[in-house]
Amino acid sequence: MFQDVGEMVLLFWRTLAALPLAWRQRQKVFDQFFEIGNASLLMICILSFFIGGVIALQTGPLLVGRGLGSYVGGVVGYSIAKELAPVMMAILIAGRIGSAMAAEIGSMRVYQEIDALRTMNINPVHYLVLPRLVAIAVALPLLVTIAILVGWLGGALVCVANVRISVSYPAFFSALRDAVDLADVANGVFKSFVFALIIGVTSCHQGLITRGGPRGIGRSVTKAVVNSIVLIVIFDYLLTRILLK
Amino acid sequence: MSGSSPNQGGVGVRVRGLRKSFDGHEVLQGLDFDVQRGEIFVIMGPSGSGKTVLLKHLIGLEEPDAGEILIEGQPIQSPEVMSKYRMAMVFQSGALLNSLTVGENVGLYLSEHRLKPPEEIARIVAEKLEVVGLKNTEEKMPGELSGGMKKRVAIARALVSEPQLILYDEPTSELDPLSAVVIAEEIMHLKDRIGVTSLVVSHDRGLAFGVADRIAVINEGRILTIGAPDEVQRFPDPLVQQFLHADFKRH
Repeated sequence: MFQDVGEMVLLFWRTLAALPLAWRQRQKVFDQFFEIGNASLLMICILSFFIGGVIALQTGPLLVGRGLGSYVGGVVGYSIAKELAPVMMAILIAGRIGSAMAAEIGSMRVYQEIDALRTMNINPVHYLVLPRLVAIAVALPLLVTIAILVGWLGGALVCVANVRISVSYPAFFSALRDAVDLADVANGVFKSFVFALIIGVTSCHQGLITRGGPRGIGRSVTKAVVNSIVLIVIFDYLLTRILLK
Repeated sequence: MSGSSPNQGGVGVRVRGLRKSFDGHEVLQGLDFDVQRGEIFVIMGPSGSGKTVLLKHLIGLEEPDAGEILIEGQPIQSPEVMSKYRMAMVFQSGALLNSLTVGENVGLYLSEHRLKPPEEIARIVAEKLEVVGLKNTEEKMPGELSGGMKKRVAIARALVSEPQLILYDEPTSELDPLSAVVIAEEIMHLKDRIGVTSLVVSHDRGLAFGVADRIAVINEGRILTIGAPDEVQRFPDPLVQQFLHADFKRH
């Protein structure tokens, strides 16, 4: 475990050191970015819409019953922006994109494609890890921004449509504006940036250390997703503690 | 056929006392041999005898526990060797990048190191593919190719860097006899045309005795014999004879 952590820190450092080469790899970065967006945008929208709806459904009647109906928008907006959108979307991306990264790099490792790169003096970190890490570090915060907006919309719709809540759109968004400022959204987006680095480094690392045949690739994919989720939850706590107002 | 620079030449390789262990198991037990410039040197031996591990040391994918590898008298990892000589390896599976086209695979070394403009790379790729008899296959994906074609693409990819030493890992494994002959002819053609040094690892006796200038037989990380094909054929060691003459007999 400690060896894995050490290797991941080293991989992250090597990728950071290679950052000036990112422009040279821009086509690969764009391809990866498109892949992440294309594969995830619809799922992100559906998931965040229903998360917003569920939060409204859970908290709305409770607050309305205690005469606090004007706070529903604030509660839904705050929880989505600061916690639910970054964490849930990061978990979704770990499952959808992290697994694909680990599988692709893992199969390249098993089928000697990475050895072939090294014999051509092509650094696998520059060629494989850097574009993926840059792409996911840009894509996930953007996806989370969209998820926050869609989540708010889902919450608002449920608040209006549900007879036990019955809060109007203006009341919902007015409460949301009162409770959530730009710094809160930035807080959630920053978290998602850190989560993106965690997913990228964990998944690429698992891919690069894959051993054995198809079973080894399967093992790497599972470890990439599980380790990413565990690290996301741990870092969520640490970041929340650090960024707490 | 057009293609590789006629004056590319080869390099001499010297291996001294090469040792390597994995998890306490000594895979290479002090190998010593020399490969002359422009020679086709075949290393034969049963599966698990350390042939591929040896190749990985020669291309720098593995570090030895002890011993040294010299290219033209200089340590393989020295800046002089790195800057002056080029080596390439043709992997057993071909190891083509499946997400790239044949043309992108062949031109990868040049495009990633930005050694030539794209038009020049396209011309060189077409030339090298023609050398291996795969003209106009640039746009195909590796998944559309047969095993033999993949290996020929891998050879074309190796040639792009104009290497002085080419390492072949089981170049005829998993190939039908006709494709194996094409690959063998390719190895000999490259020696004749550009004088490249070739180090071939194989347990294919037909290939070894067909193309080799000299053959080394290794077993359990030790060299049993080195010599010209007819010398190896006559070498009295029972292990060597057993390996060279093992045939399936129906009872």
